Amino acid sequence: MSWVTQTLSSSLGRKVIMSLTGLFLSTFLVVHMAGNLQLFKGDGGRAFNEYTYFMTHNPVIMTVSYLLYTSILVHALMALVLTRHNQASRPVDYAYKRPEANSAWSSRNMGILGTVLLIFIVLHMRTFWYEMHFGTVPMAEYDGKQYKDLYKVVEAAFSQWWYVVIYVLSMVALGYHLVHGFQSGFQTMGIRHKKYTPLIEALGTYVFAILIPALFAAMPIYIFLKTNNIIG
Amino acid sequence: MKVNLKVWRQKNNNTAGKLVEYGLDNISPDMSFLEMIDVLNAELIRKGDEPVAFDHDCREGICGMCSMYINGRAHGPQTGATTCQLHMRSFNDGDTIVVEPWRARAFPVIKDLMVDRTAFDRVVQSGGYVSVNTGSAPDANEIAIPRTIADEAMDAAQCIGCGACVAACKNASAMLFVAAKVSHMAVLPQGQAERKIRAERMVAQMDAEGFGACSFTGACSVECPKSISLDHIARMNREYLGAKLTSENV
Amino acid sequence: MELESKIPAGPLAEKWTRHKFGLKLVNPANKRKYEIIVVGTGLAGASAAASLAELGYSVKAFCFQDSPRRAHSIAAQGGINAAKNYQNDGDSVFRLFYDTIKGGDYRAREGNVHRLAEVSVSIIDQCVAQGVPFAREYGGLLANRSFGGAQVSRTFYARGQTGQQLLLGAYSALSRQVANGKVKLFTRTEMLDLVVEDGKARGIITRNLVTGKIESHSAHAVLLCTGGYGNVFYLSTNAMGSNVTAAWRAHKHGALFANPCFTQIHPTCIPVKGDYQSKLTLMSESLRNDGRVWVPKRKEDSEKIRKGQMKPTDLKEEDRDYFLERRYPSFGNLVPRDVASRNAKTVCDEGRGVSKTGLAVYLDFADAIKRDGQKTIEAKYGNLFEMYEKIVDDNPYEMPMMIYPAVHYTMGGLWVDYNLMTTIPGLYALGEANFSDHGANRLGASALMQGLADGYFVIPYTVGDYLATIGSADKLPVDAPAFKQAEARIQDQIKQLLSINGTTPVDEYHRKLGLIMWDYCGMSRTAEGLTKAKGMIQQLKKEFWSNVKVTGDGEEMNQTLEAAGRVADFIELGELMVDDALNRNESCGGHFREEYSTEDGEAKRDDENYAYVAAWGYGGLNQPSVLHKEELVFENVKLTQRSYK
Repeated sequence: MSWVTQTLSSSLGRKVIMSLTGLFLSTFLVVHMAGNLQLFKGDGGRAFNEYTYFMTHNPVIMTVSYLLYTSILVHALMALVLTRHNQASRPVDYAYKRPEANSAWSSRNMGILGTVLLIFIVLHMRTFWYEMHFGTVPMAEYDGKQYKDLYKVVEAAFSQWWYVVIYVLSMVALGYHLVHGFQSGFQTMGIRHKKYTPLIEALGTYVFAILIPALFAAMPIYIFLKTNNIIG
Repeated sequence: MKVNLKVWRQKNNNTAGKLVEYGLDNISPDMSFLEMIDVLNAELIRKGDEPVAFDHDCREGICGMCSMYINGRAHGPQTGATTCQLHMRSFNDGDTIVVEPWRARAFPVIKDLMVDRTAFDRVVQSGGYVSVNTGSAPDANEIAIPRTIADEAMDAAQCIGCGACVAACKNASAMLFVAAKVSHMAVLPQGQAERKIRAERMVAQMDAEGFGACSFTGACSVECPKSISLDHIARMNREYLGAKLTSENV
Repeated sequence: MELESKIPAGPLAEKWTRHKFGLKLVNPANKRKYEIIVVGTGLAGASAAASLAELGYSVKAFCFQDSPRRAHSIAAQGGINAAKNYQNDGDSVFRLFYDTIKGGDYRAREGNVHRLAEVSVSIIDQCVAQGVPFAREYGGLLANRSFGGAQVSRTFYARGQTGQQLLLGAYSALSRQVANGKVKLFTRTEMLDLVVEDGKARGIITRNLVTGKIESHSAHAVLLCTGGYGNVFYLSTNAMGSNVTAAWRAHKHGALFANPCFTQIHPTCIPVKGDYQSKLTLMSESLRNDGRVWVPKRKEDSEKIRKGQMKPTDLKEEDRDYFLERRYPSFGNLVPRDVASRNAKTVCDEGRGVSKTGLAVYLDFADAIKRDGQKTIEAKYGNLFEMYEKIVDDNPYEMPMMIYPAVHYTMGGLWVDYNLMTTIPGLYALGEANFSDHGANRLGASALMQGLADGYFVIPYTVGDYLATIGSADKLPVDAPAFKQAEARIQDQIKQLLSINGTTPVDEYHRKLGLIMWDYCGMSRTAEGLTKAKGMIQQLKKEFWSNVKVTGDGEEMNQTLEAAGRVADFIELGELMVDDALNRNESCGGHFREEYSTEDGEAKRDDENYAYVAAWGYGGLNQPSVLHKEELVFENVKLTQRSYK
């Protein structure tokens, strides 16, 4: 099996790991976003809480979620390994450089964007995931069945303006991360073709870098406006 | 025109270097950048100072020898051109121009603006060829190669091996150089016999030389004097993964 | 000295085959016992080193550049000839032979040229097998283009970068042998001397350009694949580093230098802009297919254009002189290189030249664009137009291009026999470094052919014959006195150069030498001018050795020191070129003596008295060179005066 370790420890192999985990995380975003759209339903959180219950009790989903946590960790750790390797590849830097002349800012700052996202994920999970699993969450009852009322937790969090700001900024970072990361993932896997690459680029830009982060950002804003009675 | 130069001076690989300022008057805008450096060197020699060492040879953009990082960019502000094809009319009277050598662990500085790029040769030696001995070739027209394939191969094969891709990349990655060779051979029928082993070996050698990984910023392709496309990097990734998954080499 | 060309007897078409059979062979198991030094890694050097290593010899390859891939063969644009007759247009080995002999103005050997034509077909096969991406037709088969001096389409090409692709092919073959351990590669290493003992070449002395270390390398045979000496003119299309040092130092050890005055001046180069100019750029000959060459009819108009008071496009049709079309109605703008170059010089000498310096003529595409549309012209020459615009900063689609002739190739070189061996046993010269195949003028797309023919298909056979004769024991150890003395000699020369400590940089001498050569031994020559030049060169030599300024020291990377050694050799070579040009009282090919021209100014050959190779022996420091003649025998072609009227 030496070829496996050999492959995965090569510069290309490491990028493949980044690509696979990154693209997997991107697909998760779609699911996560779709589910969280329940927040907009205006039913006092019932749909959202039922969805939360499903997500925390379905064995398939639970397995996938562990894969997800692993992916985040591997993606971050591998990024660290690659960054250190890349920095070591240029021990003496230029005195003067103009990278903006030849490349996009996001493509050069995936590490910074990723770090922002990692901090965000920790915060996000502390606020919701940790509370859901280990904290005290108020209960709600629908049709005689008890549900953890995560919606209340969401409302509490997003009623604070600074919390919303953090979320919105993080979603901007996500957008920048994905505008490069999504198509780069395909490039790493060697998926590049005259016919399909424009499609991948469009998908990466309009759906993953703009639409999804925008919808995610809309959630805390919506809740904030609602809980502060700015909108009905 | 007048220019104010800040040139990297370094006696050899064992000593530290620094940027040194020089002022030049009476520079013609029609001069090539290297001719401007020639003028500087003639002045330095007359004063008994050591001239600036730099690599250059054909001075028509094909040998790949010239290699200066000018005002923050590999081969200077022009795209699709080498340092020797850059002319002083690309600058303004009174400009300050910073000139540095290529920077990469795999390209150690020899002297001043001159670096050692033999890492590229070793990458080619690891597999950038078709193993065919002289005299054993069949008739040239025996294998028909569609024009589009020949063109694709030529797009990759025109790499001049200057190292601007490495110099421009924030990771000092040699992916575009290596990919150009892997891609050139991978699309041609002649390259099929050694297709897998070539990709495996060349990537391994590239890593062993200490180049960085690809972040797909695209800087390499923008600064490449031959504007070699990122398509070739994708192809190499494909070739490498395919080879690793299916070759017999464990 | 009796010059024995060793051209085999028998019918022309069978000479090479018979000769190969007659050559001694080295047993495969014994080949590794033989060491061969290859100096230079261009087409000839890289192909020779790779092929010899494939056979099993132990090869050491040297180049002064940082990588073998940078050799100046890389800059060849147009293509490579081969008698494949893929176009079914009547090409044959004999026709390629004939065109080359005639193109060379009957100053090359029949035997060599025929061999070149014969192996040309194998070259294409070999290169395709290596993965050289030659241009293809839609059906997938190889494409050809036509080139000057031939009426068939036999030129294979890879866009405008044929030399690059062929060199990268040879470089890849060489790299494979380096990986196999059969070739030991020495980059940034310059040959500074040849070691000769018992009349045989024994090895070389080199300088490591990074550390300055002087080293000895011993071998059974030494191959010089070091290219031409066009940089004697300072300004040429050669690379900055191209030099004659290896060949010249071999010459000083007894290798004869043949036809040094045969220089090719290419008509379509970008004109000189100013004194700072370091090098000239060629624009492919193919441009003359559609461009029309002209200057103003009247001097006054030229003056106005030079001063910027008038644009060329403002000049009326009847005020223009399309001088090539006027003088050569049947060939028009497509006359051979030497003729086109000379005529451009003539009109400029008359004061009708354009550009600020007055040394340029127009190459005008306006008619072609009107006729075929800009799209068509762009498809044909787009990259050349772009290159022109990059350098000159002028749009050739709107303003006529300005061109002027420039030194491009040198047909002369070390004298070699049919086996490519020089007059020093064990020392060979391949490619542009030798004199053998192009006579007094080289046809387009033939240089690449010759370099690869010598390296891939000639030397692997002929070197074995010599090695088998001497045996593997006949090699000198590097600590032998001959090597130590040579090392000391080189150390002394370096010390001398460093100790002069004058006031003038090396480049200035080079530039001065170039001007002398260009003015008196360039496109046209006279006995008077050449005599004057000889004196000027001798004077320059004295000044050089008393007032040159070389900074730094010898034990480090020192580009000034490198240049000083090369320029010193160029100065000596320049004098020999002048001697040769003075000796050859005729006009042929690239050698045009004004005294020997027809009434309307065309070149006049003298086959009676000058159908020979002038091979010069080194006479010693400041001593005259000694002329040896090799009579040229023509059994298969009839010598005729070239006419392009």
